[in-house]
Amino acid sequence: MKAAGKVFRFGDDIDTDLIIPARYLNTSDPEELAKHCMEDADAEFVNKVGKGDIIIGGKNFGCGSSREHAPIAIKAAGVSCVIAKSFARIFYRNSFNMGLPILECEEAESIAPGAKLEVDFDSGVITNTDTGDTYSTRPIPPFMQELVKSGGLMKYISKTA
Amino acid sequence: MGMTITEKILAKHVDADKVEPGELINARVDIALANDITAPISIARFKESGAKTVFDKDRVILVPDHFVPNKDIKSAMQAKMLREFAHEHDLTWFFDGHEMGVEHALLPEQGLVLPGDIVIGADSHTCTYGGLGAFATGMGSTDLAAAMITGETWLKVPETMKFVFKGELLPWVEAKDLILYIIGDIGVDGALYRAMEFEGPVIDKLDMAGRLTMANMAIEAGGKNGIFTPDAATEAYVKDIAKRDYEFFKSDDDAVYAEVREYDVANIEPQVAFPHLPENTRGISEAGEVVIDQVVIGSCTNGRIEDLRCAASILKGNKTAKGVRLIIIPATPLIYRTAMNEGLFDIFLDCGATISPPTCGPCLGGHMGILAKGERAVATTNRNFVGRMGHPESEVYLASPAVAAASAIAGKIEGPDKI
Ligand code: SF4
Repeated sequence: MKAAGKVFRFGDDIDTDLIIPARYLNTSDPEELAKHCMEDADAEFVNKVGKGDIIIGGKNFGCGSSREHAPIAIKAAGVSCVIAKSFARIFYRNSFNMGLPILECEEAESIAPGAKLEVDFDSGVITNTDTGDTYSTRPIPPFMQELVKSGGLMKYISKTA
Repeated sequence: MGMTITEKILAKHVDADKVEPGELINARVDIALANDITAPISIARFKESGAKTVFDKDRVILVPDHFVPNKDIKSAMQAKMLREFAHEHDLTWFFDGHEMGVEHALLPEQGLVLPGDIVIGADSHTCTYGGLGAFATGMGSTDLAAAMITGETWLKVPETMKFVFKGELLPWVEAKDLILYIIGDIGVDGALYRAMEFEGPVIDKLDMAGRLTMANMAIEAGGKNGIFTPDAATEAYVKDIAKRDYEFFKSDDDAVYAEVREYDVANIEPQVAFPHLPENTRGISEAGEVVIDQVVIGSCTNGRIEDLRCAASILKGNKTAKGVRLIIIPATPLIYRTAMNEGLFDIFLDCGATISPPTCGPCLGGHMGILAKGERAVATTNRNFVGRMGHPESEVYLASPAVAAASAIAGKIEGPDKI
């Protein structure tokens, strides 16, 4: 599995209210949520982001509420993966359950906004196709790989039930 | 090598003698909880899976509290999904209409979450129940759907960080100040993926309301759960209300901690978390001149009767400053009635407060007190992220009920000793 796209950079502690403000949580429709993705951090984000593009965050990305609407909004906005220095715990679980791949990468912050990346999820290697630089990421724990392979938590459960 | 209380509760729920940090386990859950924002997705996943029944109708709890009484048509449709699901599956505990309160205040009060439990909720503040000596943690809707079907959830056993509090509390310093102080100290990811265990002589004397307040904000330091050792105060709180049996667990003397931090509370004054992160804390003496438009006293953090009594003791005989809107939200119907019967409503109304029915309301920028552009609020809630209570250019300052009440009177952030 691979992803490729342009980088949108955000800072540390990007919380779930920035990813999808609570005022839009009276629906769980992905298309509706996608319209407001990252709105309070960058009101223009949804107009700029293209299919397959990649969000890069600093530490503690996705902190705050347990709202699954956050990874849903990011995925429905066309983002192919999120790379950050670290993720908040609930966001991490939710993303895998949702099928939004996310990767922890210590050097995430050295990647420039607008850079073109290729991400290989099998090897965990990120390549900056502008500069040729490569970055390795922390491997996804085996159990999470099982979840992804099964197609998310619900499919995993029906398979094992 | 001994175990922490968190490890013991987890081990018990997988019928093992021992679990170790880092281990992945599939544990039984005692209670699975969701609300009107998160349950609609759980219900959709439940249906997609083809499941016919929930694992136990006494142990799946739905509370429509965020946008209820419904703020608009869309939120009414979401609440209706919960209502229909609860009816279809004959859920024993569905809190609607006049029974509805803020979930994390309601469940302990109703004796539905108990010491020794594993509670998972599709709400990040599920960690509140650690105040009772339970392992409680927030998850997403899909995780919750899976637990509703199987009665189990997968968990990684967390490492534990211990926080020890010693010394004499200064006047007006409350549980909220202690937890804000910790978050200011370790940061919003200072306990990421870890259990936070609170102990020491100060904690031993803390009432249940205070313990619930502190455990509530464990997530604000990134913690997986916050937990207190159940004791005589816990027993007194649960013994008459418990709907099931419960069990007290306690960390072994030789339990292993990832980190131990000790605080002398004599150095901790009332705290205020400045925008836009709970870690931006300052002592009240360093708050400076912050003029405010609104004060909110309520939420799962500080909407309990003890909080309202504390606020009333400061508001009594005073008036809110001109131009300040004071909104008081008793977190549950029982708290609402108790406050009314104790005469607190007269105190609140006389001083110029608006009393809201139980709801999450403005805490998450839902309704009942949204901030306009440029407005500032002092709130007893738990998050002050950008746009949390309304306009992205509004500001939320987190504080205790005492500081919130004093600020409503002063019209700016103010310590209760100044009133
Ligand atoms: S009161 Fe606030 S923090 Fe608590 S459950 Fe409601 S919205 Fe969440």
